[in-house]
Amino acid sequence: MLYRTAGQFKTSYQADQALFPIRQDAFLLGIILILAWVVFPMTASEFTFQTLLIPILIYSLAALGLNILTGYAGQLSLGTAAFMGVGAYACYKMITIMPWMNPIVAILLSGVFSAGIGVAFGIPSLRIKGFYLAIATLAAQFFLVWLFEKWAWLYNYNASGAIQVPNLEMFGTYVAGPQASSIVQYYVVLFIVSLLTMLCINLTRGNLGRTWKATRDMDIAAELIGINLMKSKLTAFAVSSYIVGVAGALFVFMWRGAAEPNLFDIPLSFRILFIAIIGGLGSIMGNYLGAILIVGLPVVLNLLPAALGIPIDSATVEHLNIMIVGSLIVFFLIVEPHGLAQLWRLIREKLIIWPFPH
Amino acid sequence: MKDTEGYVTADGRQIGGVLMEMRNITLKFGGVTAISDISFDIREGEIRAIIGPNGAGKSSMLNIISGFYTPTIGEVWYKGAKRPPMKPYEVARMGVARTFQNIALFEGMTVLDNVMTGRLTHMHAGILSQAIWWGKARDEEIANREKVERVIDFLEIQNIRKTPVGRLPYGLKKRVELARALAAEPSILLLDEPMAGMNVEEKEDMSRFILDVNDEFGTTIALIEHDMGVVMDLSDRVVVMDYGKKIGDGTPEEVRNNQDVIDAYLGVPH
Repeated sequence: MLYRTAGQFKTSYQADQALFPIRQDAFLLGIILILAWVVFPMTASEFTFQTLLIPILIYSLAALGLNILTGYAGQLSLGTAAFMGVGAYACYKMITIMPWMNPIVAILLSGVFSAGIGVAFGIPSLRIKGFYLAIATLAAQFFLVWLFEKWAWLYNYNASGAIQVPNLEMFGTYVAGPQASSIVQYYVVLFIVSLLTMLCINLTRGNLGRTWKATRDMDIAAELIGINLMKSKLTAFAVSSYIVGVAGALFVFMWRGAAEPNLFDIPLSFRILFIAIIGGLGSIMGNYLGAILIVGLPVVLNLLPAALGIPIDSATVEHLNIMIVGSLIVFFLIVEPHGLAQLWRLIREKLIIWPFPH
Repeated sequence: MKDTEGYVTADGRQIGGVLMEMRNITLKFGGVTAISDISFDIREGEIRAIIGPNGAGKSSMLNIISGFYTPTIGEVWYKGAKRPPMKPYEVARMGVARTFQNIALFEGMTVLDNVMTGRLTHMHAGILSQAIWWGKARDEEIANREKVERVIDFLEIQNIRKTPVGRLPYGLKKRVELARALAAEPSILLLDEPMAGMNVEEKEDMSRFILDVNDEFGTTIALIEHDMGVVMDLSDRVVVMDYGKKIGDGTPEEVRNNQDVIDAYLGVPH
């Protein structure tokens, strides 16, 4: 009923190729956008901003970047965290060298550096595939984290070896640093995440997206129909690393406030890979669903016993949490190996033809 | 027959000059000689078949034409010029499209997207234009969609255009693959066993499409096929290969009466 598509006719290819050929999808997105832009910020507490809203958005963006590379172009990567680090350190250097710089511009520009590094580490993909490529990207992971630690110029020779986000002002309000308020940071993150998501949706449904998917599904056939595999793979690395780099800059500047090199170690890479896999490889929306599950669920589970008045000490909650999240991940992967996005796609398909089975 | 002169087929179609010519092609993999010293030409507008028993080197020959293999010795001439060694994607951009013996569709994409990939070589919008879906990228997307829809119409796959390819039955997949190759508007279309594994009706459909493509778009077609009935009915001229050598070349009637060909297919007492 809700998803009845009968009566929605298309009279031009432009209409058929519109972002939301089905009216209900546009409506649904409208609701989500209103929630994200108006309802959440008006109702959220400081705690909600810091533990749920901002990190979920940032993790979604990082997973989106990885998804472009792994889900769309089919190139496995385990170096996501390191590329986030490149974005964060690039942003830090730009801000400290040019303090007058607009923070949003700096964050968006920092992705360019990680894109460059990503392309350099993507060159092995021209020769190797699958798990072997994943191992090659591990080299980036270890090398870059080592570099963040040893190259003192990157952290301005701080004694602590960490980078500290200074107070950054934009139009008279603080957007980053200790003085910035959560709601402003939330809006900055939301703006950048919305913008990049929009661009990614367009890229993946257009010519470049088809090139990537063709490369992923069957590279030999792709080459024989006229795709330059080198160009296809390297643009995927560039676009992916750009987004991941921006996510890294947001991660440090809009959320953590400070970062040590080991923050960008391999557990973070895995976390983002899990988000992308559980959300659904080759899907944009999946990244958000995955981030909500992996980042949001533990927070909610932590609060649950106290909210229900069950007396359990916090250490036990922590352990239970890990077990529950772990088994949920296994459960979702068994139910739908293609991720939460595919689950939603199937539900939607069923809704469209409901109440008929076919 | 001179290079520039054509000929008239049995059913009265005018065939043009030489479009592609293989000159003394030899292909070796290490010590194994897959193809030895084969020459033949493909003329504009004709349906040219390459036949031969298993392991004769037919697919290797097709792979040479589409640039996947580089011949050890010999030259490929295309549109009157010698083709330098190039990558398969460059060959594709020169107007050579092909289908595969084992279906090579992009399983994760819909039929429409698969056919649209055939138009890749005709689309040139920059990444920024694509990212904002405005200007050149959007116009290109619509213009090429129109071309693709014409092919979809032609091959009668309208009803499955938004179905993911992975869900389609074998015969339809073959047809989608043909659609993808056709969407590129190739000068020469290579078909590697287009009827393999099909039942009689599907074979009839596919034969009709091949003839229609040749007739309506004037596309030159080179095909490999094992079904002799189909080959003899469809093709204008046939090259016969056996053990990497050319043993016959001519119209279906000439080939059918060629003693070497009969020996290769039926065997000779030793």
